[in-house]
Amino acid sequence: MPLITAPNLARPDDFYEALIDMHRDLDDAQSQAANARLILLLANHIGDHETLLSALQLAREAETAAA
Amino acid sequence: MTVDYQRLTFEYRPCAEQSAAGAVHPVVVVGAGPVGLATAIDLAQQGIEVVLLDDDCTLSTGSRAICFAKRTLEIFDRLGCGERMVDKGVRWNLGKVFLRDQLVYAFDLLPESGHRRPAFINLQQYYVEGFLLERALELPNLQIRWKNKVVGIERRDEGGADATVTLTVETPDGTYPVRARYVVAADGSRSPMRNLLGLDSKGRTFKDRFLIADIRMEAGFPSERWFWFDPPFHPNQSVLLHRQPDNVWRIDFQLGWDADPVLEKSPERVIPRVQALLGPEATFELEWVSVYTFSCLRMDSFRHGNVLFAGDSAHGVSPFGARGANSGVQDADNLAWKLVHVLRGEAPDALLDTYASEREYAADENICNSTRSTDFITPKSQVSRVFRDAVLTLAAKHPFARTLVNSGRLSVPSVLASSPLNTADTDAFAGAMVPGAPCADAPVVVDGAEDWLLSQLHGGFSLLVYGHPDDLDAESARQVAALCGQAGAPRMLFVAPDGHRAATTSDMALACDRDGVVAQRYDAVPGTTYLIRPDQHVCARWRAVDAERVMEAMARAQGKRLTEAAPAAAETSACAEALAA
Repeated sequence: MPLITAPNLARPDDFYEALIDMHRDLDDAQSQAANARLILLLANHIGDHETLLSALQLAREAETAAA
Repeated sequence: MTVDYQRLTFEYRPCAEQSAAGAVHPVVVVGAGPVGLATAIDLAQQGIEVVLLDDDCTLSTGSRAICFAKRTLEIFDRLGCGERMVDKGVRWNLGKVFLRDQLVYAFDLLPESGHRRPAFINLQQYYVEGFLLERALELPNLQIRWKNKVVGIERRDEGGADATVTLTVETPDGTYPVRARYVVAADGSRSPMRNLLGLDSKGRTFKDRFLIADIRMEAGFPSERWFWFDPPFHPNQSVLLHRQPDNVWRIDFQLGWDADPVLEKSPERVIPRVQALLGPEATFELEWVSVYTFSCLRMDSFRHGNVLFAGDSAHGVSPFGARGANSGVQDADNLAWKLVHVLRGEAPDALLDTYASEREYAADENICNSTRSTDFITPKSQVSRVFRDAVLTLAAKHPFARTLVNSGRLSVPSVLASSPLNTADTDAFAGAMVPGAPCADAPVVVDGAEDWLLSQLHGGFSLLVYGHPDDLDAESARQVAALCGQAGAPRMLFVAPDGHRAATTSDMALACDRDGVVAQRYDAVPGTTYLIRPDQHVCARWRAVDAERVMEAMARAQGKRLTEAAPAAAETSACAEALAA
């Protein structure tokens, strides 16, 4: 199952709003913790190891390319 | 009568070889710890004369390795001392993980029944060594020489059929030479043998310190492994509580890298830590205290000419996972039968190369698992800590996160799936008993008495044939007869649901699979045939017995086909890939 990078969100704007809203009233440490939990929950939902590796790689590439 | 194995001392006795050069010994084992003793016993049991040298004259001081895994106990069974270990040890299968003061989850390491041995016993290392030593002393062809310290090594005619190793051995009466065809260096993590050969064991040292407090007390805790992350009584660090025999409890406190190792061993520092866990009114005595750091290391090669490294001399792991002593005993298990076959002239010297390759693979797996546990227990960065805590928080509610909690992936034997000694499957099989897997145990009935499958596999190579020998079809009967007549054929063991019915030919070993567990664990139906190595690893299997294929697989398993091209697509474990990356 290749990583989907084409648009796939059912309701993109609503999702983005909800994502930002998840962090409402959290300090930086709490936000980091919430993000980590979110990543773990989503990773389990995806399950497939290769797909997860592609996502990890894409996420890191954006950072190392900028550096 | 209870023997205090920690206080025993063994007398140095001069031997004839000190005054007149002796013959070349088939094998000299250096180091009378669990690994050296297991190797020496295994060799001697199989008829090889062994000299075991130890630079000291005592057994282990302190409990040290305390967790002995099912597979190790099965090996001790084969060595004739498993029952004593299990009788004395504390059996446990259950582990519990706490975050702060909350139970996050509990795991059962042996969720299925039908195994002779429990997932683990806890037993102080000095008992393990004591029981092994007492077994060793029963073997007339095993000679132990205490206070015999190796101070020099010379390897002669390396690579040739006459290759020997000469050890210079220092005793209270001066030095003398000991010559051997093969030397097993089981002399521990600081291995003087490794140093004498100018070799090293490389890897990663972890910047953390841990305190072991073994305490003696009457306590009502169950026989379970309890692991705390960030408990209120020892904030920000981890703590492990584990029970040993004789009312001794192991408490392992993470201290952090900045802790002073000398100061932290003092009773004034240790007692308050223990009281914080047990409550101020608890009464206990300190039995043994140690502060340790650890490394994950291994030698590039476990074989250097006719010197073979086994146990901690060859590889080192963090203690989380109980993979040190357990993997060392498994080294011994792998090495002994290969030495026996080579020394008897039944296998080429190259078979010993597969000791190195199989156990190097196993060491990588152990190091990978123990490194992962260590990284979880001691996060190395802020973000690693955030994810660790996120896993623990989620684990209380969500089953998926419990699979990520890593307080130690406890020792299980390696599946040697890519070993060149295996014959690849040509028939379809399901289940875990792939070529390279250690055989699963199962209950059987032999001569009307309840027994265990693994106990039927003692000795050399075994051919497990599923079905009653009287019910073989004509072709199978012909193949079985062909095998029975051949020199060097494996010992045949029939296992059948109706194995309680005596066979007409009484020379066939026959076990009854009364509960069908063998059929289930080995995906076996009548005709299914497994070729099993002396160390109880599967090396080939078929749906029908075929004498020619059995003998070919046997030759392969004895290292007689190693010069052929190695099988393509050697499987690498996820761990090996991760290490390479």
